[in-house]
Amino acid sequence: MIGLGHFLVISAALFSLGIMCVLTRKNAVNVLMGVELILNSANINLVAFSKFSAGNMSGQIFAIFIIVIAAAEAAVALAIVLSMYRIIKSVDLDRADTLKG
Amino acid sequence: MDNNLLAQIVFYSFAVLTVGSAAVVVFSKSLIRSAFALLFTFFGVAALYAFLGADFLAAAQMVIYVGGILVLLLFGVMLTHKLYDLNLRSETFQFVPALVVAAAVFAVIVTFMLRTSWHTGPPASDAPTTAAIGELLMTDYILPFEAASILLLVAMIGAAMIVRRRSE
Repeated sequence: MIGLGHFLVISAALFSLGIMCVLTRKNAVNVLMGVELILNSANINLVAFSKFSAGNMSGQIFAIFIIVIAAAEAAVALAIVLSMYRIIKSVDLDRADTLKG
Repeated sequence: MDNNLLAQIVFYSFAVLTVGSAAVVVFSKSLIRSAFALLFTFFGVAALYAFLGADFLAAAQMVIYVGGILVLLLFGVMLTHKLYDLNLRSETFQFVPALVVAAAVFAVIVTFMLRTSWHTGPPASDAPTTAAIGELLMTDYILPFEAASILLLVAMIGAAMIVRRRSE
């Protein structure tokens, strides 16, 4: 039987890869991919604990809500990225400094 | 015994698929390659859900992430780059400090996860979960369920408003 620890290690790996992606990328769409990785890692944790706590379904319900929020986040964030591309003709996050004094 | 070995082989291959394609997402120079590697990451995560007996979540992961969010991200890539622009490069910066931070976060999380003695019960049976999830959403979690539907409506209207071309 695959233990709880295996899933937790996979989730930790996805989480740190997501952090790596958010920290190193300059492209806004690529940063969003990193955020999706982080949300997925949280979901793996919730579902794994749901499985190994004698079938308590709360973890899976929370995972569903995280998927909903991830979908809403992706839609709004991409709208912002498209709007930014229209204004400054770039998706480079370093160039989104219009508000800087 | 033989069944157990088979389960382990399948689990480890999906684990390698998930983490390996996530690494491609993070380290690939090409934006399109990152987006398509993300497809395999989402697929691997869905397989892990199926492994954990969460059949409804595995299906939802396939439909929403692979069918929705990934397509949205690909639209984002295509709409913000000229299509004849062949080098869809995504520059990286502060690579070494980020690698140190990510490795430190990974080490800390794994250390504490494996040292903690979790209060785990016996693993749940692999019975279908859809009916139980539906019942919980309509009883205990009805308020978050309604709030989530309003959040989706707000996000939809907000996204449409933001990208709308303003007529003078």
